Amino acid sequence: MLERVQSQSDRTMIEIRDVTRSYGSFKALDNASLAIREGEFFSLLGPSGCGKTTLLRMIAGFDAPTSGSIAVDGQPMDGIPANRRPTNMVFQSYAIFPHLNVEQNVAYGLKRLKLDAGEERRRVEEALVQVSLTGLGKRRATELSGGQRQRVALARALVMRPKVLLLDEPLSALDKKLREQMQVELRRLQQAVGITFVLVTHDQYEALAMSDRIAVMFGGRIAQVASPKEIYQRPVNRQVADFLGGMNFVKAEIVEENGASLVLDTLGFGRVRTDKPKAFVRNGGAATLGIRPERLRVLWDNATAKFEVAGKVVERHYFGEITHLIVEIPGLEKPLSVTETNDFGADDIPVGAPIRLAYDPEALVAMAD
Amino acid sequence: MTAIKRFLPGWLPSYAVLYLLFLYLPVIFLPIFSINTAATPKFPLSGVTLHWYEDLPHTPALIDATWNSLMVGVSASILSTVLGILAARSITRYRYPGRRAINGLIMAPLVLPEVIVAISMLLVMLQLGLSLSLFTVVLGHVLVCIPYSMTVLTSGFEGFDRSLEEASADLGESAFGTFRRVTLPMVAPAIISSLLVCFTISLDEFIIAFFLTGTEATLPIYIWGQLRFAAKLPGVLALGTLLLFASFVLMTTAEILRRRAARRTQNEGGLHA
Repeated sequence: MLERVQSQSDRTMIEIRDVTRSYGSFKALDNASLAIREGEFFSLLGPSGCGKTTLLRMIAGFDAPTSGSIAVDGQPMDGIPANRRPTNMVFQSYAIFPHLNVEQNVAYGLKRLKLDAGEERRRVEEALVQVSLTGLGKRRATELSGGQRQRVALARALVMRPKVLLLDEPLSALDKKLREQMQVELRRLQQAVGITFVLVTHDQYEALAMSDRIAVMFGGRIAQVASPKEIYQRPVNRQVADFLGGMNFVKAEIVEENGASLVLDTLGFGRVRTDKPKAFVRNGGAATLGIRPERLRVLWDNATAKFEVAGKVVERHYFGEITHLIVEIPGLEKPLSVTETNDFGADDIPVGAPIRLAYDPEALVAMAD
Repeated sequence: MTAIKRFLPGWLPSYAVLYLLFLYLPVIFLPIFSINTAATPKFPLSGVTLHWYEDLPHTPALIDATWNSLMVGVSASILSTVLGILAARSITRYRYPGRRAINGLIMAPLVLPEVIVAISMLLVMLQLGLSLSLFTVVLGHVLVCIPYSMTVLTSGFEGFDRSLEEASADLGESAFGTFRRVTLPMVAPAIISSLLVCFTISLDEFIIAFFLTGTEATLPIYIWGQLRFAAKLPGVLALGTLLLFASFVLMTTAEILRRRAARRTQNEGGLHA
């Protein structure tokens, strides 16, 4: 994991207050509020149609809220057109001007600033260095690969020294390997320039790998805003948990509830005490307990653990470095998913074999029903 | 089935050659006979001369007809391209009911019998009280040019990625600046291509010009008039050769520009990852 080099400030860079965007009776964004900090790498994560792109386009000035307000660096953005905002955008299609070469693309926005020729050239060169495109300045846009186009789009935006860089699914068109490489590079770049980045993505791994904080969105609403770790480990509800990778859901009864913790009764895991999620709103006596498949570990031979469940392997799927086991636990209506690394031969566990699984009660998450 | 399969491969190339000969042989005869010393188009050639070409600039009626054709061609191509731009932009950019029907109606003159179109236009012009002149010819030519203009322009505008204009605005450019620095340079090749195509169509068009002109002849009408005199035939052939050559150059240029425009407007962006 990359560690942050510079500390981000607590100053708010983008303030989104009660923003709604309606198209007729359809609400693309429904009363969203959000504060994005200066110097932060912030991701808007959600399935298509969740309103993340709508929100990004409203920050950029290509769309306007039906109600609510957006402020960038303390300045209200109401009625300010895209060309007068301190934001720049990397488009999903990259939108490289095909009639211009790389340098001309990067210098496009600078032309309006009427810099002297030397200064303009210096800034273009600097931007090309930042995105590792030195020497390609004279290349025509049509002669570039997908990855190079994306770098041009980045350089063209960064050269403007925006307060906020907006990225609309910038990696979705790249193949897997290049995408992973660009994730690391984008993160590094953001730390080097210290600009606030707002990334829109539907790829949970991308969001987890790159962001300081993530807002998970569904159906025009913001479901949770937190650090990647918290989003992954402490999802506020089943929808968020489900969107961020696999999760086993177990029916639970609330036995006790106080300010900080919950005591739940489950059939498979017995009575467990867990942290109460921040946004927990009790809905009757039922709740859901979740555990990620990789937090269940196979207990070999006579090994024991303080917390364990026993069951029977019903399916086994081999994935190279890991094996995915489906384990039936007496009392649970749905079998548990377990992912185990193949170091100890999890890929050889026979289907039908009895199995014991260890877990850390810390890994159990309570979610409102 | 198998018999046809065995038979066809051998004969398809011969068919293709015959087909092309049929299409282009008459066209090839034109320049050949235009440099013949004899006035009758007959093989063998009696000698080679550029005499007929040298005579052309010394024919006042021909000079007049050329000017008329140029004026009509330029006006018709500009008018139909302007109208074509509006229509093509609307059809490629917006979605509205009747879009396809409108597109079809604009393209229809391409397949309507030209004689009928010409007669109908003549009737309308006379009803409107317009006296026949080069102006009425221009109107007629605009009608037949627009489908061609539309074809060229829609292929140039199609797939024009809106995000290019947004990117320009995002980088601080005003609406007018965006039009000048992004939109116009990108569609310019298509526009020039449309102008060239329309000019060529107008230059070569006979039937509508024949019906709608007053006393002033365009080049095709002049040629038609000359055909009555056998002695003038070599001159007509020479003129025809020049027209053919001009049309060929104009259309080729137009097609190159059209392709470039189509390539440009497609912002391939992430698709070529």
